[in-house]
Amino acid sequence: MPAPPPLAMSHDDSHAGATRRGFLQSAGALAGTPLIAGHAQAAAPRAEPSAAPATALTLRVNGQRHQLHVEPRVTLLDALRDNLGLTGTKKGCDRGQCGACTVIVDGRRINSCLALAMAHDGDDIVTIEGIGQPGHLHPLQAAFVAEDAFQCGYCTPGQICSGVALMEEARRGDCSTVTPDVRKQGVAMLTDAEIRERMSGNLCRCGAYANIVKAVRTVAAGEGVA
Amino acid sequence: MTPFAYRRAQSVDDAVRLAAKPGAHFLGGGTNLIDLAKGGVVRPLLLIDVSRLPLADVTATPDGGVRIGAMVRNSDAANHALIRTRYPLLSQAFLAGASPQLRNMATVGGNLLQRTRCPYFYDTGFEHCNKRLPGSGCGALDGINRNHAILGASAACIATHPSDMCVALAALRASVRVRGPRGERTIAMADFHRLPGDTPQRDTTLADGELVVGVDLPPGGFADHAHYLKLRDRASYAFALVSVAAAFDMRDGVVRDAAIALGGVAHKPWRRPEAEALLVGRAPTDAAFADAADALLQGARPVAQNGFKVALARRAIVRALQTAGAQA
Repeated sequence: MPAPPPLAMSHDDSHAGATRRGFLQSAGALAGTPLIAGHAQAAAPRAEPSAAPATALTLRVNGQRHQLHVEPRVTLLDALRDNLGLTGTKKGCDRGQCGACTVIVDGRRINSCLALAMAHDGDDIVTIEGIGQPGHLHPLQAAFVAEDAFQCGYCTPGQICSGVALMEEARRGDCSTVTPDVRKQGVAMLTDAEIRERMSGNLCRCGAYANIVKAVRTVAAGEGVA
Repeated sequence: MTPFAYRRAQSVDDAVRLAAKPGAHFLGGGTNLIDLAKGGVVRPLLLIDVSRLPLADVTATPDGGVRIGAMVRNSDAANHALIRTRYPLLSQAFLAGASPQLRNMATVGGNLLQRTRCPYFYDTGFEHCNKRLPGSGCGALDGINRNHAILGASAACIATHPSDMCVALAALRASVRVRGPRGERTIAMADFHRLPGDTPQRDTTLADGELVVGVDLPPGGFADHAHYLKLRDRASYAFALVSVAAAFDMRDGVVRDAAIALGGVAHKPWRRPEAEALLVGRAPTDAAFADAADALLQGARPVAQNGFKVALARRAIVRALQTAGAQA
């Protein structure tokens, strides 16, 4: 479905950028809606505490154990990118609206931008770097290349992580909002409608959706879930 | 985000004890709270991580109902065999919400406590929001209010509750179990969320420091005829303009019991038992469905930009009931 992505995939994480995106998304409005207020500081002034001290935690990332020290505000996304240098995982909206930051934690795809690193102490994390490497592409990565399923590539690591997790969800029979009857159990067969719905948490501003669906369908067919 | 301390609760009692500290908030999946903290809407001083508490089971209860722990992730609840087979309405509602990634993170307890996505609440650039800054006025009343409430609103607030899960829980007459400093109590879904009145800063009837520990579903899940219909501006990954949880049981060709609740139209899931009663004893006809829709929407008062929601909701109720009735 060629839905207009409501958010600007800007890397500007200034206050204005973040709130405008939030406003547009919440209002369900399309680009062009005038902003009708500035950024008056409405909250009552109060003394802010200084940053809490950094605490040690362990993340197992792509099979490797890492010890790191972060303060409580650090998201899993920032810990992966800034502390561990794994910059394959992308920061798009940073507000859970675009899916560029998708990683697989304990077998489940999540938005790493809304996860605190400390809340994942001891967890097993797979990022795009752990899914494939040049010369050893994961079948879904190869399918994205073969089907031309991207243009700028910024959303692609998130798309791939999402698609890889999706295969396992289908195998174990998870249903979706387009599944005709949730009472019936068994392997979920990925029709194009199912693929579109199940990949809807990953926006692509270039609009490569048609070929993303093809790439996912190719791999799903190979794995017996389409 | 402004700085905060982080503590992982070791037990439910530990979490309730920690909640007495100033500026404390419970952290479940974080999909709403971290977003709100990033926007400066919520400025927690302490996050109490309750996500690893042993409240993550879905279990059948001796009375024929099902108990869902507060820390069960939305995706796990949606896909649990007990929910899919006994309460398909709830499974469908879960699956209509958010995205697969967010459903993998978000907890059932956190879903109950979602804040409104009213832009005047969510964007601290706006000065007028009685929910965020009590007494500051309502920016939506004369602002952009296309997706605001048509039922149960007040002059202080016309925000809607954003959850899909809660709409199904209301229809299914679920109850919420909470634990606080004074022990455990159960709150009926109908009483859990509030209308805004003069105090829209309070979304629920939870007392300070109370932690949601689970949701109880009564026996009788309307599994034969149930449909959750969600209408939104794009096909997926968006909040509802209007949603309907509709279900009924049949006996001898007439409706024996019915369950209907609306989302996207009020400060809480909108349910009126008298609308459901209008279906009981009648054949499931379009005329009966329309009567129920009219009763549920009686007194609807749109604001400048959301008049369309009244007609949309009326048709959505009828269509959801028709779809439920067409199920084998």
